[in-house]
Amino acid sequence: MRHTPLLLTVFLAAAPLAARAQGILDPQGPVAAGERQILFNSLGIMLAIVIPTIVAILAVGFWYRASNSRARYLPDFNHSDRLEVLVWSIPLMTVLLVGGVAWLGAHELDPRKALPSNVKPVTVQVVSLDWKWLFIYPDEGIASVNHLTIPVGRPVSFELTSAGVMNSFFVPQLGGQIYTMSGMLTRLQLQADHAGTYRGMSAQFSGDGFADMHFDVDAVEAGNFAHWVETARSKGSSLDASTYAHLSKPSAGIAPVTYRAVTPGLFGSILAAEQQHEDICTRTSMRAER
Amino acid sequence: MNITVALDGHVQDHTAAPATGASHASKRIVVTYGFWIFLLSDIVMFSALFAAYSTLSRATAGGPSGAQLFDQVGVAIETACLLASSFTCGLMSLAIGSRRFGTTYLYALLTFALGGVFLALELREFAHMIAIGAAPQRSAFLSAFFALVGCHGLHVAVGLIWLLVMMVQVKVRRFSAAVERRLLCFALFWHALDIVWVWLFTVVYLIGVNQ
Amino acid sequence: MSLLGKLSWDAIPLDQPIVMGVSFVMVLVIASILGWITLKGHWSYLWGEWLTSVDHKRIGIMYVILALIMLLRGFADALMMRAQQAVAAGDAQGYLPPEHFDQIFSAHGTIMIFFVAMPFVIGLMNFVVPLQLGVRDMAFPTLNSIGLGLTASGILLTNISLVVGEFAKTGWVAYPPLSELQFSPGVGVDYYLWALQISGVGTLMTGVNFVTTILKTRAPGMSYMRMPVFCWTALASNLLIVAAFPVLTATFAMLLLDRYLDFHFFTIDGQGNAMMYVNLFWVWGHPEVYILILPAFGVFSEVVSTFSGKALFGYRSMVAATLVICVLSFVVWLHHFFTMGASANVNGFFGVMTMIIAVPTGVKVFNWLFTMYGGRVRFEVPILWSVGFMVTFVIGGMTGVLMAVPPADFQLHNSLFLVAHFHNVIIGGVVFGVMAGYNYWFPKAFGFKLDERWGVASFWCWLIGFYLAFMPLYALGLMGMTRRMQHYDVVSWQPWLVAAAAGAVVILAGIVCQIIQLVVSIRARETLKVTADPWNGRTLEWVAASPPPAWNFATLPVVTDIDAFWQQKKEAHIEHAPAAQSSGYELIEMPKNSAIGFVTAFLAVVVGFAMIWHIWWMAALGALGIFLTTLAFAFREKEEIEISVEEIARFEEMQHAEVVA
Repeated sequence: MRHTPLLLTVFLAAAPLAARAQGILDPQGPVAAGERQILFNSLGIMLAIVIPTIVAILAVGFWYRASNSRARYLPDFNHSDRLEVLVWSIPLMTVLLVGGVAWLGAHELDPRKALPSNVKPVTVQVVSLDWKWLFIYPDEGIASVNHLTIPVGRPVSFELTSAGVMNSFFVPQLGGQIYTMSGMLTRLQLQADHAGTYRGMSAQFSGDGFADMHFDVDAVEAGNFAHWVETARSKGSSLDASTYAHLSKPSAGIAPVTYRAVTPGLFGSILAAEQQHEDICTRTSMRAER
Repeated sequence: MNITVALDGHVQDHTAAPATGASHASKRIVVTYGFWIFLLSDIVMFSALFAAYSTLSRATAGGPSGAQLFDQVGVAIETACLLASSFTCGLMSLAIGSRRFGTTYLYALLTFALGGVFLALELREFAHMIAIGAAPQRSAFLSAFFALVGCHGLHVAVGLIWLLVMMVQVKVRRFSAAVERRLLCFALFWHALDIVWVWLFTVVYLIGVNQ
Repeated sequence: MSLLGKLSWDAIPLDQPIVMGVSFVMVLVIASILGWITLKGHWSYLWGEWLTSVDHKRIGIMYVILALIMLLRGFADALMMRAQQAVAAGDAQGYLPPEHFDQIFSAHGTIMIFFVAMPFVIGLMNFVVPLQLGVRDMAFPTLNSIGLGLTASGILLTNISLVVGEFAKTGWVAYPPLSELQFSPGVGVDYYLWALQISGVGTLMTGVNFVTTILKTRAPGMSYMRMPVFCWTALASNLLIVAAFPVLTATFAMLLLDRYLDFHFFTIDGQGNAMMYVNLFWVWGHPEVYILILPAFGVFSEVVSTFSGKALFGYRSMVAATLVICVLSFVVWLHHFFTMGASANVNGFFGVMTMIIAVPTGVKVFNWLFTMYGGRVRFEVPILWSVGFMVTFVIGGMTGVLMAVPPADFQLHNSLFLVAHFHNVIIGGVVFGVMAGYNYWFPKAFGFKLDERWGVASFWCWLIGFYLAFMPLYALGLMGMTRRMQHYDVVSWQPWLVAAAAGAVVILAGIVCQIIQLVVSIRARETLKVTADPWNGRTLEWVAASPPPAWNFATLPVVTDIDAFWQQKKEAHIEHAPAAQSSGYELIEMPKNSAIGFVTAFLAVVVGFAMIWHIWWMAALGALGIFLTTLAFAFREKEEIEISVEEIARFEEMQHAEVVA
């Protein structure tokens, strides 16, 4: 118990260190920044009550120790209406505040919500495979595996699904994660504000190759993005049914690769290949779009 | 009066404990109460199966739907059998209460026969569906259907075996306190299956046909 | 199809030295224990007094022993994981290949929740609740014994998976489609499912039993608002068992149908819906958290009040808070998967509901605080655990509420922050709670106290070890490290994982201290001997002798107030239980021992094992055996034994003589 303040300090000191290690406390886009802000707000509200509570527990325990003859013994102090109102209202007030943050935040940072921008978003279709990531750029007609290149300052609209087991698409410095599920479509909007390379990964355990299921996200200036697209179009093979069949075989830690062309509708056919049913997720997402 | 007496099977002949605020129930009450709690948990389990069925009721994967499969006449006969068996089970309980040996057996037999007919009709329906390619392996909808209806059917089968065992017990032990308690629990079980069936009939067959 | 189904010599992982080494040691330990029992001729004692016992106290103790043994197994898994992650940075792969590492974290989670926390909590409730209610046994003593047996069956199956075959490689939640036959064709998931189905049935029996016991059999005069808080929390916990476990049973049954009969509940093909599993699993899973923590809250309430020498502050608030938690725990399950892509309204609703649960929990913390206020707090081992809990749990609760904020959860979900959070509440809450209860009620169970110095040492090792092991995980979560990684490419994570591994070693020291504490105390049992009321207790269990006789109370106590025993002592102005009366006892009838629990458990293992390996004839035989056992039980002649007035009087006089001496 006596160590708690010290350990709390360690806990809080982790913050700046984490920032250096590419974590969620070092956001590089509006979504991640918003999420960090909400994290800090909630933490701040709660610390305001949690720290005094911990101090009070230790202080009361210490003062009323049996060996302290100066402490008054009140064996019948077991009820007080006023105090009971207080003990219900303190957590209630805290929760009202944090609950407000949660409700507003859930709407403000809804993963499907389009980001405010005067540039048209880049669409990227994401397919999680055993154990690699396939990124299809339908407008550009190209695709890449285990490497995502996006332009800085332009929203990226992700459509995600899985070709097998469930995974979770996660680039901490750009924003929160979203599940990829077979036969289901999820959506996520992210944006990078600064050029750089950020770590992306699967956050949902998906089998033996899971630990290698990470990728680099290169956020590059608009000009460089156009250049990258041109380069990708001019080399490599094309992603059609047979190359996809080959790609979808389980493999882990494969080197990034780009495809110069993609069979149109490939993503849709992956999504529909296994099933076409309306599930909770797509149903709610369609409702939101209407 | 103390609790050991209360745990004894013959206590229902005694007067109740003074009303001191604590529950001081007879073994008969304790046992049926416990069985009620179990039945509630069983109904929770059915609720999970119902939830699964409702979620998957349209997931036919290109296979047949409920509207194409369900034979309402057959199901109506099943329902009638089960409801009637619940009625005869109630009559059996009355016969047990008045310690009438032969009548108890008569109503037990009727209950068993009606339950048996229900089960036979259900199995016939299952066999028919499997024969026309609507097996549980066909689609998620059919998986959920077979699991839900089959789980109820399994309960009915267990109930029939239980009833058989109880008839032997009545033969051997007459209406001893323990036998009477078990028969009471059986009656509760049987009526609960009825309630589940009414619910199931509504959700699966009545609503299903219109989907 | 061969006679032994899928079973062959290949099932034994002879190529894996670690597994074989551990298995060898395990088999050796079991063999030597069995040999020792045989040599000493203890079998008839073990069989007659323990394995066939329907005494709630014996059953409770056996539950706790199971939990302690499985704690060692689950903790060994934890050490292996920490060691792996401490070394597997950059290009290093560590010493555990993925297929082994995946089994370890799946087994760790499954064991710790189902086979450590559950039996420990159920064991404490079993031992204490009837005593606190002032009655002689549970409502259904034989059912209680079967429940224990089925729990042990699940445990045995899980341990068999170490030697024969494999365990699940899916994580302890076994989400499909990963856990479907298509992606997990081995027997690992089947071991997981059958072990949990069998022990789940046992848990359900226990739940029904406790609810009936608490609602229908209490000492004369004990109205609901005079029930000890531990009984209230036990009631709430068991109501949750009754309402939640059937959902798990149904969900696992669906997955079993998928795996065995090619159904399509959660499969990718046939329009199955894997997210339905996730929903149903957490409809059980979140109440499960409260099934574990509520009894721990009850222990803290008893301990804080006893060692402060005061009645619990705000009894009514405590009861209300317990029931509010009980109800709300069913409307928060979606917070386990905010990242599924549900709408903002759905996420917001479940986020806010989750936070509302923090209100009654906060109330409890404040009430414990006010219980200590104005008390004379004797810092013995049980209250050390309690104060350690209060501080630690407040932090864990805070990080929990943090993750109830959906946008924050998008970032923290599936990360080591989450892992740190639930260990923070489960170690800091449940484990500290059962340790407090273990130290608190041990003298009641065995008639002597546990050694204090080793107990204090154990507490500090656990507390410091916990912070050292899990605070780094919070930091790692913020750095973006996800859970269940067999190796990682970001080398800057490594120092934190090394620190966490060091923390695990400190916890190990705590466990070693506990083992030493037990051994030292047993050896010094004569000097540590206690009478009925070693802690100056408040509730009825301290009226009964230590250890209590099979019948608990010679005459049943009459209750006139909360803290019944405390009131009695206050009125009598004495420190100990009133002197034993010498006459006026009545004949007591106690339920007769029964082998049905043991036999059913054995047959359940046979059925489970046969189903796992597709040995259909053996499964059918086992099921038939269970049916015949039940039948035999239904036809047994005598259900009770009688305890004579002389025997009771003799016991009471002996107790009285000891108190006077």
